[in-house]
Amino acid sequence: MQALTQFLHNPMGIIGTLMLLVVVAMAVFAPWLAPYDPQAQIQVSPDQILTPPDAQHLLGRDDAGKDVLSQLIYGARVSLIVGFTASFMSMVIGTTVGLVAGYFGGRIGNLLMRLVDFLMVIPDLPLMLVVIAVMGRGLLNIILVIGLLGWTYTARLVRSQVLSIRERQFVLRARAIGASSARIILRHVLPQVLPLIIAQAVLDISVAILAESSLAFLGLGDPTLVSWGMMLNFAFERALSRQAWWFLLPPGFAIVWVSLSLVLIGNTLDQIVNPRLRTHHLFDPRRMVALRPERE
Amino acid sequence: MALLDVRDLSIDYLADDGTPLHAVENVSFRLEQARSLGIVGESGCGKTTVMMALLRLLPEEGRIVGGQVLLDGRDLLQLSEAEMRHVRWRSMSMVFQGAMNALNPVRTVESQIAEALLLHSVVDSPRAARQRAGELLAMVGIPPQRGRQYPHQYSGGMRQRAVIAMALACNPRVLIADEPTTALDVMIQAQILELLTRLQADLNLSLIVVTHDLGMVAEVCDDVLVMYGGMVAEVGSSDAIFNDPHHPYTQRLLEAFPDIERPGSTLASIPGNPPRLDDLPPGCRFEPRCHCPWREAVCARQRPPLVEIAPGHSLACHFARRLA
Amino acid sequence: MEREPLLQVVDLHKYFPLSRGLGDLLARRPRRAVHAVDGVSFTMQRGDILALVGESGSGKTTVGMNVLGLQLPTRGRVLLEGCDVSEWARGHGHSLEADSYLAGLSPRRRVMALRERAQMVFQDPYESLNPRQRIFDIVAEPLEIHKLTRSKEEKAERVRAALETCGLAPAEHFWERYPAELSGGQRQRVVIAGALVLEPRLLVADEPVSMLDVSIRADILNLLHALRRERGITILYTTHDLATAGFFTDRMAVMYLGRIVELGPTAEVLSRPRHPYTRALLSVVPAPNPRRRRKRLILEGEIPNPIDIPSGCRFHPRCPEAVADCRAIDPPLRAAAEGHEVACLLASHGG
Repeated sequence: MQALTQFLHNPMGIIGTLMLLVVVAMAVFAPWLAPYDPQAQIQVSPDQILTPPDAQHLLGRDDAGKDVLSQLIYGARVSLIVGFTASFMSMVIGTTVGLVAGYFGGRIGNLLMRLVDFLMVIPDLPLMLVVIAVMGRGLLNIILVIGLLGWTYTARLVRSQVLSIRERQFVLRARAIGASSARIILRHVLPQVLPLIIAQAVLDISVAILAESSLAFLGLGDPTLVSWGMMLNFAFERALSRQAWWFLLPPGFAIVWVSLSLVLIGNTLDQIVNPRLRTHHLFDPRRMVALRPERE
Repeated sequence: MALLDVRDLSIDYLADDGTPLHAVENVSFRLEQARSLGIVGESGCGKTTVMMALLRLLPEEGRIVGGQVLLDGRDLLQLSEAEMRHVRWRSMSMVFQGAMNALNPVRTVESQIAEALLLHSVVDSPRAARQRAGELLAMVGIPPQRGRQYPHQYSGGMRQRAVIAMALACNPRVLIADEPTTALDVMIQAQILELLTRLQADLNLSLIVVTHDLGMVAEVCDDVLVMYGGMVAEVGSSDAIFNDPHHPYTQRLLEAFPDIERPGSTLASIPGNPPRLDDLPPGCRFEPRCHCPWREAVCARQRPPLVEIAPGHSLACHFARRLA
Repeated sequence: MEREPLLQVVDLHKYFPLSRGLGDLLARRPRRAVHAVDGVSFTMQRGDILALVGESGSGKTTVGMNVLGLQLPTRGRVLLEGCDVSEWARGHGHSLEADSYLAGLSPRRRVMALRERAQMVFQDPYESLNPRQRIFDIVAEPLEIHKLTRSKEEKAERVRAALETCGLAPAEHFWERYPAELSGGQRQRVVIAGALVLEPRLLVADEPVSMLDVSIRADILNLLHALRRERGITILYTTHDLATAGFFTDRMAVMYLGRIVELGPTAEVLSRPRHPYTRALLSVVPAPNPRRRRKRLILEGEIPNPIDIPSGCRFHPRCPEAVADCRAIDPPLRAAAEGHEVACLLASHGG
């Protein structure tokens, strides 16, 4: 598709994709890449705690004597799993709500949009904190909480798109030939909104990863898994005073790295699929070239 | 000497992979002072491209690859961008296709006209600019007080008039109107055409009207240029083109145009489609659809030159002399 | 022996209400509405071709939408083969119970039956086709929805027949393609093929050629004419272009601000127009011949907003022949000659 070629010509998109591939590789090949197993129990002596980087531990050791680099590599798994799953959930819920509210409008539409407004008004993080505190810490709960609260933006986006798509003449034609509402929504409206949904979903992954990191940082992450947020939690509590930068910086840097990669990809996709962002050549002096004719 | 003399203008568009598409080839025409020229052709024939090239406003994929555009003897294609900016709007201006929908919605109509005046230093103070804007609006039939309104408060016809006023802000010698009446009701179309005719007379303006509507051209223009597939098919006075057309395309185009005074007569159509720029025939671009009985091999092999068959009447056909 | 007309439009009104602001609510002002169609009546016999001519705001497209049941009237009725279209589009109503065939069907099946009888051809060939569907699927979709074919071969046959009737032959050449790969004229043929595949009796063609190049229009109009000739399809053709209307229609109705102001045989209306608006419209249609530049009755101003319709005759503010009575009296559509009706005080007085 020409969207793909456009994407491949965009430096932002390429950089973002490469950055993300690094993280994906880390997550997939963790057992082979990580020099140590973060889950393994080890016996350590006091002088082996919070040691700075050396030949055997490239990023040093944490407050329990475990290798920081291995934790960093395995931490990618939690971030990506939570990110992709929660975002997918948001995408599905948000799209469904947006399609129904946008296409049918009326009372159903109003009701759904008021629900969206309600959820958007409540601050995300405190709400998530409360829910996790009640439901208990665990990977599934984290994914649920993030996914079930993060769909509102997509819903709004989809609804506003559907409002304009449903006025288009090919939708009217579908009605004229007798198509049911379900058919129209699935076959005619959804394909038009899909590119925007995907672009938004990529950005949502970044938001989900940040949400998970925040929750873990605040101590509400899954205690049985290694996650960058949790690494930051421990680092802040125990390593900051000792100035153990090797424990503090890498997880923060990793979170920024993966978020940035997704934002770059998502913005590139958005630029490609969003028709409003394309401009006529007369509006951009750089694209308006009043050349002297080239003589043959 | 003609006011505007375009000679052998050729324009290429670069495709995504860099190959040049010969969008316009060897277009030549003359526009005399205070006369109006209609450029007629169907969608994709290159008429808008030619106009953008005259003002040197082609997009970056467009390249002028040959020819001269002589305005008062001066070749516009040889000017630097700074010099060209001086020409644009002061000597030659344009009402773009769909301009009536491109007015800035958050500024008053008057301020938009005033902006053009100030930018081109036609006046020296904002107050003088507003004054002059009011005069221009009155000239196109809009009460000056309405200048303080916003574009959405204007009807379609009024917006088109406002855009014409904007194009006339710097008293150009040549005004190009690209599809000035598309999307307007029949009655408003008539009003706009009447306005253009009146302005041409009052301001001694030279007018180029680009359109696919033959009726408009018959009503308003002194001379007509028929374009097909990026080339000139036929050019001549309005009377000659409508009553004595020689090019097969011109003839078919006229037959396809419904005549309200002869309802029920058969309407012709031209089978086939205009040529694709990436698949141009080596010879005459109209040859694949030409119905002419004495078509020969040369038609498909060689481009026909523009031949003058009568003073001011030329056509591009290998059989020009025989048809005359 | 009088056959029942295929289509009867009886005093059709369609208003689109406007939302009210707080000020309006407090001041207890009545809710305003756009009077898109304000009292339109006409009939069509089987095989008729009627042109509905008007500028923007005349209501011609809205009439078409209401005839097909894609919009429901505010007041008045549309009867297709004797059944009320607004009931039909919803699936239940008295007129449907009275019909022996429809009475026994489920509501959904009844609506489908309506769609099989009356179809639409749209104005914008660049917008009326789903850009992500292949031509084959576009034309086949009606068959799938209505479950009209029992095998893939049968479906392909019917799609082929529709495409080739519309001049897109060989069908194989076209049906794998996407709309973006076809020209405007070809796309419009696809739209017509998609409408034909259900074998409708009535076709509403809403400005089908105004977005096409002049040299292609004739083909499409000739195609519509052939459909009437060969299949007896009744066609309601809306347009703002009097010239094309003159070309292939039997009767012409001129609309202004939601009403029909003149209705009669096409040749009659074009040669002996009786309403001042029709006369003005005819005079400004440009003739493709500079030697025939004639006196044009260019009306002042623009068509008024359909929210604020003038009192009396709605045309009087712009009418060059208006007299004092025109401001007060709203003339009904009345016969001025055999089969030729006009809504004008002056015309009825032996004009």
